[in-house]
Amino acid sequence: MTKQRKAVALISGGLDSLLAAKVMLEQGIHVEGINFYTGFCVEGHTHAIRKKDKAKPKRNNALWSAEQLGIKLHIIDVIDEYKAVLINPKHGYGANMNPCLDCKCFMVNKAREWAEENDFDFIITGEVVGQRPMSQRRDTMNVVSRESGAADILVRPLCAKNLPETLPEREGWITRDRMYDFNGRSRKPQMALASQFGFKDYAQPAGGCCFLTDESYSKKLVDLWDARNSREYEMDDIMLLKVGRHIRPKPHFKLIIGREDGENRFMDGYRKQFDHFTTVSCPGPLVLIDGEMQMEDRALAARLVARFSKDKNSDAVTVCLHLRDGTEEELTVAPLRNEEIPEAWHI
Amino acid sequence: MSQHTLDARRLLCPLPVIRTQNAAKKLKPGDTLSVTCTDPGAESDIPTWSRINGHKVIEIKHDDQASELIITIEIGEG
Repeated sequence: MTKQRKAVALISGGLDSLLAAKVMLEQGIHVEGINFYTGFCVEGHTHAIRKKDKAKPKRNNALWSAEQLGIKLHIIDVIDEYKAVLINPKHGYGANMNPCLDCKCFMVNKAREWAEENDFDFIITGEVVGQRPMSQRRDTMNVVSRESGAADILVRPLCAKNLPETLPEREGWITRDRMYDFNGRSRKPQMALASQFGFKDYAQPAGGCCFLTDESYSKKLVDLWDARNSREYEMDDIMLLKVGRHIRPKPHFKLIIGREDGENRFMDGYRKQFDHFTTVSCPGPLVLIDGEMQMEDRALAARLVARFSKDKNSDAVTVCLHLRDGTEEELTVAPLRNEEIPEAWHI
Repeated sequence: MSQHTLDARRLLCPLPVIRTQNAAKKLKPGDTLSVTCTDPGAESDIPTWSRINGHKVIEIKHDDQASELIITIEIGEG
Protein backbone atom coordinates (compact mmCIF):
# COMPACT_ATOMS: atom_id res chain seq x y z
CA MET A 1 0.00 0.00 0.00
CA THR A 2 1.30 3.46 -0.93
CA LYS A 3 2.14 5.69 2.00
CA GLN A 4 -0.17 8.67 2.41
CA ARG A 5 2.06 11.68 1.85
CA LYS A 6 1.56 14.70 4.07
CA ALA A 7 2.26 18.37 3.47
CA VAL A 8 2.10 21.39 5.75
CA ALA A 9 0.77 24.50 4.03
CA LEU A 10 1.58 28.04 5.13
CA ILE A 11 -1.88 29.58 5.36
CA SER A 12 -1.97 33.36 5.56
CA GLY A 13 -5.68 33.72 5.04
CA GLY A 14 -5.19 35.21 1.57
CA LEU A 15 -6.20 33.75 -1.76
CA ASP A 16 -2.83 32.38 -2.89
CA SER A 17 -2.22 30.14 0.09
CA LEU A 18 -5.81 28.91 -0.10
CA LEU A 19 -5.33 27.93 -3.75
CA ALA A 20 -1.91 26.37 -3.22
CA ALA A 21 -3.27 24.08 -0.51
CA LYS A 22 -6.28 23.21 -2.64
CA VAL A 23 -4.06 22.24 -5.59
CA MET A 24 -2.23 19.77 -3.36
CA LEU A 25 -5.45 18.39 -1.86
CA GLU A 26 -6.62 17.74 -5.42
CA GLN A 27 -3.53 15.57 -5.89
CA GLY A 28 -4.49 13.41 -2.93
CA ILE A 29 -2.01 14.85 -0.46
CA HIS A 30 -2.98 15.07 3.22
CA VAL A 31 -2.62 18.76 3.95
CA GLU A 32 -2.65 20.58 7.28
CA GLY A 33 -2.26 24.34 7.60
CA ILE A 34 0.14 26.34 9.71
CA ASN A 35 -0.14 30.03 10.50
CA PHE A 36 2.42 32.09 12.39
CA TYR A 37 1.42 34.93 14.68
CA THR A 38 4.20 37.53 14.84
CA GLY A 39 2.26 40.19 16.72
CA PHE A 40 2.21 42.38 13.63
CA CYS A 41 -0.55 40.53 11.78
CA VAL A 42 -3.34 42.89 10.77
CA GLU A 43 -5.84 40.07 11.14
CA GLY A 44 -8.54 40.92 13.59
CA HIS A 45 -6.81 43.32 15.93
CA THR A 46 -7.99 46.69 14.77
CA HIS A 47 -11.32 45.22 13.69
CA ALA A 48 -11.89 44.21 17.27
CA ILE A 49 -10.84 47.58 18.67
CA ARG A 50 -12.30 50.29 16.51
CA LYS A 51 -15.97 51.01 16.15
CA LYS A 52 -15.57 52.10 12.53
CA ASP A 53 -14.52 48.56 11.67
CA LYS A 54 -17.52 46.94 13.29
CA ALA A 55 -19.20 46.35 9.93
CA LYS A 56 -16.31 44.18 8.74
CA PRO A 57 -16.72 40.48 9.37
CA LYS A 58 -14.85 39.52 12.53
CA ARG A 59 -13.24 36.39 11.33
CA ASN A 60 -9.73 35.09 11.23
CA ASN A 61 -9.13 34.53 7.54
CA ALA A 62 -6.57 31.78 8.08
CA LEU A 63 -9.11 29.80 10.09
CA TRP A 64 -11.76 30.57 7.52
CA SER A 65 -9.47 29.35 4.71
CA ALA A 66 -8.78 26.12 6.59
CA GLU A 67 -12.48 25.50 7.02
CA GLN A 68 -13.09 26.06 3.31
CA LEU A 69 -10.35 23.55 2.58
CA GLY A 70 -11.53 21.08 5.19
CA ILE A 71 -8.09 20.94 6.81
CA LYS A 72 -6.70 21.42 10.30
CA LEU A 73 -4.91 24.68 11.08
CA HIS A 74 -2.15 25.09 13.64
CA ILE A 75 -1.64 28.69 14.77
CA ILE A 76 1.80 29.19 16.26
CA ASP A 77 2.81 32.09 18.51
CA VAL A 78 6.23 33.28 17.30
CA ILE A 79 6.11 36.73 18.91
CA ASP A 80 9.37 36.33 20.84
CA GLU A 81 11.32 34.52 18.14
CA TYR A 82 10.24 37.07 15.57
CA LYS A 83 12.01 39.90 17.39
CA ALA A 84 15.37 38.82 16.02
CA VAL A 85 13.95 38.89 12.49
CA LEU A 86 12.57 42.40 12.84
CA ILE A 87 15.40 43.93 14.85
CA ASN A 88 18.24 42.77 12.64
CA PRO A 89 17.07 41.49 9.25
CA LYS A 90 19.93 40.03 7.21
CA HIS A 91 18.30 41.12 3.95
CA GLY A 92 17.09 44.51 5.17
CA TYR A 93 13.71 46.18 5.10
CA GLY A 94 11.26 46.88 2.31
CA ALA A 95 9.60 50.24 1.73
CA ASN A 96 8.80 50.49 5.44
CA MET A 97 9.90 48.37 8.41
CA ASN A 98 8.85 45.17 6.65
CA PRO A 99 11.63 42.56 6.60
CA CYS A 100 9.72 40.49 4.05
CA LEU A 101 12.51 38.24 2.79
CA ASP A 102 13.85 37.42 6.26
CA CYS A 103 10.28 36.91 7.42
CA LYS A 104 9.58 34.40 4.66
CA CYS A 105 12.84 32.52 5.37
CA PHE A 106 11.91 32.46 9.07
CA MET A 107 8.40 31.14 8.48
CA VAL A 108 9.41 28.47 5.99
CA ASN A 109 12.16 27.38 8.39
CA LYS A 110 9.62 27.15 11.23
CA ALA A 111 7.31 25.15 8.97
CA ARG A 112 10.21 22.84 8.12
CA GLU A 113 10.91 22.26 11.80
CA TRP A 114 7.21 21.59 12.42
CA ALA A 115 7.09 19.17 9.49
CA GLU A 116 10.06 17.24 10.89
CA GLU A 117 8.56 17.08 14.36
CA ASN A 118 5.20 15.92 13.07
CA ASP A 119 6.39 13.52 10.35
CA PHE A 120 5.20 15.55 7.37
CA ASP A 121 6.90 15.11 4.01
CA PHE A 122 6.97 18.55 2.44
CA ILE A 123 5.97 22.22 2.66
CA ILE A 124 3.56 24.24 0.51
CA THR A 125 3.43 28.01 0.05
CA GLY A 126 1.25 30.20 -2.15
CA GLU A 127 4.22 32.13 -3.51
CA VAL A 128 4.16 33.26 -7.14
CA VAL A 129 7.29 34.28 -9.06
CA GLY A 130 7.39 38.03 -9.61
CA GLN A 131 4.42 38.85 -7.43
CA ARG A 132 6.16 40.78 -4.68
CA PRO A 133 9.12 43.13 -5.11
CA MET A 134 11.15 41.72 -2.23
CA SER A 135 10.23 38.20 -1.24
CA GLN A 136 8.70 36.78 -4.41
CA ARG A 137 11.28 37.30 -7.13
CA ARG A 138 12.93 34.31 -8.77
CA ASP A 139 16.26 35.05 -7.09
CA THR A 140 14.82 35.71 -3.65
CA MET A 141 12.59 32.64 -3.81
CA ASN A 142 15.82 30.65 -4.20
CA VAL A 143 17.11 32.44 -1.11
CA VAL A 144 14.01 31.34 0.82
CA SER A 145 14.48 27.71 -0.25
CA ARG A 146 18.14 27.76 0.70
CA GLU A 147 18.17 29.80 3.91
CA SER A 148 15.07 28.16 5.38
CA GLY A 149 16.76 24.78 4.96
CA ALA A 150 13.68 23.53 3.13
CA ALA A 151 15.51 23.23 -0.21
CA ASP A 152 13.67 20.83 -2.50
CA ILE A 153 10.89 19.92 -0.10
CA LEU A 154 9.45 23.42 -0.58
CA VAL A 155 6.69 23.30 -3.21
CA ARG A 156 5.03 26.36 -4.72
CA PRO A 157 2.09 24.84 -6.59
CA LEU A 158 0.93 28.10 -8.19
CA CYS A 159 4.21 28.65 -10.07
CA ALA A 160 5.89 25.23 -9.86
CA LYS A 161 6.15 24.97 -13.64
CA ASN A 162 8.47 27.99 -13.63
CA LEU A 163 10.77 26.50 -11.01
CA PRO A 164 13.19 23.56 -10.72
CA GLU A 165 11.74 20.14 -9.95
CA THR A 166 11.21 19.41 -6.28
CA LEU A 167 11.65 16.18 -4.33
CA PRO A 168 7.90 15.42 -4.11
CA GLU A 169 7.76 15.64 -7.92
CA ARG A 170 10.83 13.43 -8.42
CA GLU A 171 9.41 10.87 -6.04
CA GLY A 172 6.07 10.89 -7.85
CA TRP A 173 4.05 12.02 -4.83
CA ILE A 174 2.71 14.93 -6.88
CA THR A 175 2.70 15.72 -10.57
CA ARG A 176 3.90 18.92 -12.23
CA ASP A 177 1.18 18.65 -14.87
CA ARG A 178 -1.42 19.46 -12.26
CA MET A 179 0.38 22.50 -10.91
CA TYR A 180 0.61 26.00 -12.45
CA ASP A 181 2.89 28.54 -14.12
CA PHE A 182 1.57 31.77 -12.65
CA ASN A 183 3.97 34.65 -12.96
CA GLY A 184 3.95 38.35 -12.14
CA ARG A 185 1.61 40.70 -10.38
CA SER A 186 -1.62 39.98 -12.25
CA ARG A 187 -4.28 38.40 -10.05
CA LYS A 188 -6.43 37.17 -12.92
CA PRO A 189 -5.05 33.61 -13.02
CA GLN A 190 -5.65 33.21 -9.28
CA MET A 191 -9.17 34.55 -9.56
CA ALA A 192 -9.90 32.20 -12.45
CA LEU A 193 -8.55 29.25 -10.46
CA ALA A 194 -10.60 30.30 -7.42
CA SER A 195 -13.68 30.31 -9.60
CA GLN A 196 -12.77 26.88 -10.98
CA PHE A 197 -12.51 25.53 -7.43
CA GLY A 198 -15.78 27.20 -6.45
CA PHE A 199 -14.27 29.70 -3.99
CA LYS A 200 -16.49 32.77 -4.16
CA ASP A 201 -15.71 34.57 -0.91
CA TYR A 202 -12.05 35.03 -0.13
CA ALA A 203 -9.88 37.60 1.67
CA GLN A 204 -7.95 40.47 0.16
CA PRO A 205 -6.41 39.55 -3.20
CA ALA A 206 -2.82 40.30 -2.12
CA GLY A 207 -0.81 41.82 0.71
CA GLY A 208 -2.03 44.02 3.51
CA CYS A 209 -1.60 41.35 6.13
CA CYS A 210 1.25 42.90 8.15
CA PHE A 211 1.38 46.19 10.04
CA LEU A 212 5.08 46.48 9.21
CA THR A 213 4.22 47.29 5.59
CA ASP A 214 2.22 50.27 6.82
CA GLU A 215 4.06 53.60 6.68
CA SER A 216 2.30 55.15 9.66
CA TYR A 217 2.81 52.09 11.85
CA SER A 218 6.48 51.85 10.85
CA LYS A 219 7.06 55.49 11.81
CA LYS A 220 5.61 54.83 15.24
CA LEU A 221 7.81 51.79 15.70
CA VAL A 222 10.97 53.67 14.73
CA ASP A 223 9.97 56.54 17.04
CA LEU A 224 9.55 54.05 19.90
CA TRP A 225 12.98 52.56 19.28
CA ASP A 226 14.59 56.00 18.97
CA ALA A 227 12.95 57.28 22.16
CA ARG A 228 14.12 54.26 24.15
CA ASN A 229 17.47 54.06 22.44
CA SER A 230 16.82 50.36 22.09
CA ARG A 231 15.16 48.12 19.55
CA GLU A 232 13.74 45.76 22.13
CA TYR A 233 9.97 45.63 22.39
CA GLU A 234 7.24 43.80 24.23
CA MET A 235 3.86 42.64 23.00
CA ASP A 236 2.12 45.54 24.75
CA ASP A 237 4.35 48.02 22.90
CA ILE A 238 3.42 46.74 19.48
CA MET A 239 -0.26 46.47 20.40
CA LEU A 240 -0.37 50.08 21.55
CA LEU A 241 1.23 51.26 18.31
CA LYS A 242 -1.95 50.06 16.61
CA VAL A 243 -4.32 52.23 18.60
CA GLY A 244 -4.82 55.92 19.29
CA ARG A 245 -3.28 59.15 18.15
CA HIS A 246 0.42 59.31 19.15
CA ILE A 247 1.88 62.72 20.01
CA ARG A 248 5.41 63.23 21.31
CA PRO A 249 5.84 66.76 22.69
CA LYS A 250 9.19 65.94 24.36
CA PRO A 251 11.75 63.23 23.58
CA HIS A 252 11.18 61.49 26.93
CA PHE A 253 7.43 60.94 26.74
CA LYS A 254 4.52 60.65 24.35
CA LEU A 255 0.76 60.68 24.68
CA ILE A 256 -1.41 57.89 23.31
CA ILE A 257 -4.84 59.44 22.86
CA GLY A 258 -7.91 57.25 22.35
CA ARG A 259 -9.79 58.32 19.24
CA GLU A 260 -13.10 56.67 19.99
CA ASP A 261 -14.94 54.58 22.56
CA GLY A 262 -13.58 51.30 21.24
CA GLU A 263 -9.98 52.45 21.59
CA ASN A 264 -10.65 53.98 25.01
CA ARG A 265 -12.07 50.65 26.19
CA PHE A 266 -9.09 48.75 24.84
CA MET A 267 -6.60 51.20 26.39
CA ASP A 268 -8.46 50.99 29.68
CA GLY A 269 -6.77 47.62 30.18
CA TYR A 270 -3.41 49.43 30.37
CA ARG A 271 -4.37 51.95 33.09
CA LYS A 272 -2.38 50.18 35.79
CA GLN A 273 0.77 50.03 33.67
CA PHE A 274 0.81 53.67 32.59
CA ASP A 275 0.42 57.12 34.09
CA HIS A 276 -2.72 58.36 32.37
CA PHE A 277 -5.12 61.25 32.01
CA THR A 278 -8.90 61.36 32.01
CA THR A 279 -11.08 64.45 31.61
CA VAL A 280 -13.20 65.72 34.51
CA SER A 281 -15.19 68.76 33.37
CA CYS A 282 -16.37 67.29 30.06
CA PRO A 283 -16.22 64.04 28.11
CA GLY A 284 -12.83 63.25 26.63
CA PRO A 285 -10.42 60.51 25.69
CA LEU A 286 -8.36 58.22 27.86
CA VAL A 287 -4.72 59.25 27.38
CA LEU A 288 -1.81 57.00 28.27
CA ILE A 289 1.62 58.48 28.93
CA ASP A 290 4.42 56.35 27.49
CA GLY A 291 7.77 57.34 28.97
CA GLU A 292 8.64 59.31 32.08
CA MET A 293 6.87 62.65 32.19
CA GLN A 294 8.55 65.20 34.49
CA MET A 295 6.71 67.49 36.91
CA GLU A 296 7.25 70.47 34.60
CA ASP A 297 5.73 68.55 31.66
CA ARG A 298 2.37 67.97 33.33
CA ALA A 299 0.72 71.25 32.34
CA LEU A 300 1.70 70.83 28.70
CA ALA A 301 0.42 67.24 28.64
CA ALA A 302 -2.80 68.34 30.34
CA ARG A 303 -3.33 71.07 27.72
CA LEU A 304 -2.86 68.48 24.97
CA VAL A 305 -5.39 66.18 26.62
CA ALA A 306 -7.83 69.11 26.84
CA ARG A 307 -7.31 69.75 23.14
CA PHE A 308 -8.87 66.38 22.37
CA SER A 309 -11.78 66.74 24.80
CA LYS A 310 -15.33 67.77 23.99
CA ASP A 311 -14.70 71.30 25.30
CA LYS A 312 -11.56 71.85 23.23
CA ASN A 313 -12.78 75.33 22.22
CA SER A 314 -13.58 76.50 25.74
CA ASP A 315 -11.27 78.59 27.94
CA ALA A 316 -10.64 75.91 30.53
CA VAL A 317 -10.92 72.16 30.89
CA THR A 318 -10.26 70.14 34.03
CA VAL A 319 -8.35 66.91 33.58
CA CYS A 320 -7.08 64.36 36.07
CA LEU A 321 -3.62 62.83 36.03
CA HIS A 322 -3.56 59.33 37.50
CA LEU A 323 -0.11 58.13 38.44
CA ARG A 324 0.93 54.50 38.65
CA ASP A 325 1.51 54.85 42.39
CA GLY A 326 -2.21 55.55 42.85
CA THR A 327 -1.97 59.30 43.43
CA GLU A 328 -4.08 61.70 41.42
CA GLU A 329 -3.81 65.37 40.49
CA GLU A 330 -6.48 67.55 38.93
CA LEU A 331 -5.34 70.30 36.59
CA THR A 332 -7.50 73.01 35.04
CA VAL A 333 -5.88 74.22 31.85
CA ALA A 334 -6.55 76.08 28.62
CA PRO A 335 -6.74 73.58 25.75
CA LEU A 336 -3.86 73.93 23.32
CA ARG A 337 -4.96 75.45 20.03
CA ASN A 338 -4.36 73.45 16.89
CA GLU A 339 -1.70 75.87 15.69
CA GLU A 340 0.17 75.39 18.97
CA ILE A 341 0.75 71.71 18.21
CA PRO A 342 3.72 71.42 15.82
CA GLU A 343 3.33 68.89 13.04
CA ALA A 344 6.57 67.26 14.21
CA TRP A 345 4.87 66.18 17.47
CA HIS A 346 2.48 63.93 15.54
CA ILE A 347 4.06 60.51 15.06
CA MET B 1 -14.17 13.94 32.08
CA SER B 2 -13.18 17.16 33.75
CA GLN B 3 -14.02 20.83 33.43
CA HIS B 4 -11.43 23.50 32.79
CA THR B 5 -11.41 27.26 32.40
CA LEU B 6 -9.21 29.69 30.49
CA ASP B 7 -8.99 33.45 30.90
CA ALA B 8 -8.44 35.04 27.46
CA ARG B 9 -9.77 38.47 28.40
CA ARG B 10 -8.07 41.50 26.82
CA LEU B 11 -6.36 39.27 24.27
CA LEU B 12 -7.03 40.08 20.65
CA CYS B 13 -7.34 37.79 17.67
CA PRO B 14 -5.74 35.33 17.19
CA LEU B 15 -4.35 35.03 20.73
CA PRO B 16 -7.61 33.70 22.27
CA VAL B 17 -7.53 30.91 19.66
CA ILE B 18 -3.84 30.19 20.27
CA ARG B 19 -4.40 29.97 24.05
CA THR B 20 -7.45 27.74 23.50
CA GLN B 21 -5.49 25.52 21.12
CA ASN B 22 -2.60 25.19 23.57
CA ALA B 23 -4.91 24.46 26.51
CA ALA B 24 -6.89 21.89 24.52
CA LYS B 25 -3.70 19.96 23.71
CA LYS B 26 -3.40 19.08 27.41
CA LEU B 27 -6.99 17.85 27.75
CA LYS B 28 -8.64 14.52 27.08
CA PRO B 29 -11.62 13.75 24.81
CA GLY B 30 -14.82 14.56 26.69
CA ASP B 31 -13.21 17.23 28.88
CA THR B 32 -14.76 20.70 28.66
CA LEU B 33 -12.97 24.01 28.39
CA SER B 34 -14.69 27.34 29.10
CA VAL B 35 -12.86 30.30 27.59
CA THR B 36 -13.65 33.85 28.76
CA CYS B 37 -12.94 36.44 26.07
CA THR B 38 -13.43 40.15 25.45
CA ASP B 39 -12.48 40.20 21.75
CA PRO B 40 -15.79 39.91 19.88
CA GLY B 41 -13.93 38.16 17.07
CA ALA B 42 -13.52 35.14 19.35
CA GLU B 43 -17.19 34.36 18.91
CA SER B 44 -16.44 33.44 15.32
CA ASP B 45 -12.85 32.23 15.62
CA ILE B 46 -13.04 29.76 18.50
CA PRO B 47 -16.05 27.91 17.04
CA THR B 48 -14.31 27.80 13.63
CA TRP B 49 -11.14 26.48 15.23
CA SER B 50 -13.22 23.93 17.16
CA ARG B 51 -15.01 22.68 14.03
CA ILE B 52 -11.85 22.20 11.99
CA ASN B 53 -10.09 20.43 14.82
CA GLY B 54 -12.90 18.07 15.77
CA HIS B 55 -14.10 19.74 18.97
CA LYS B 56 -17.67 20.71 19.78
CA VAL B 57 -19.01 24.08 20.94
CA ILE B 58 -21.47 23.42 23.77
CA GLU B 59 -22.41 26.96 24.75
CA ILE B 60 -21.70 30.62 24.03
CA LYS B 61 -22.75 32.95 26.84
CA HIS B 62 -22.68 36.75 26.67
CA ASP B 63 -22.20 39.06 29.58
CA ASP B 64 -22.98 42.35 27.87
CA GLN B 65 -22.37 44.42 30.98
CA ALA B 66 -18.83 43.19 31.24
CA SER B 67 -18.41 42.96 27.45
CA GLU B 68 -17.35 39.36 27.96
CA LEU B 69 -18.30 36.13 26.32
CA ILE B 70 -17.73 32.63 27.60
CA ILE B 71 -17.33 29.91 25.01
CA THR B 72 -17.47 26.34 26.26
CA ILE B 73 -16.16 23.55 24.09
CA GLU B 74 -16.03 19.80 24.50
CA ILE B 75 -12.73 18.29 23.47
CA GLY B 76 -13.02 15.80 20.62
CA GLU B 77 -10.81 12.96 19.46
CA GLY B 78 -8.70 15.45 17.48
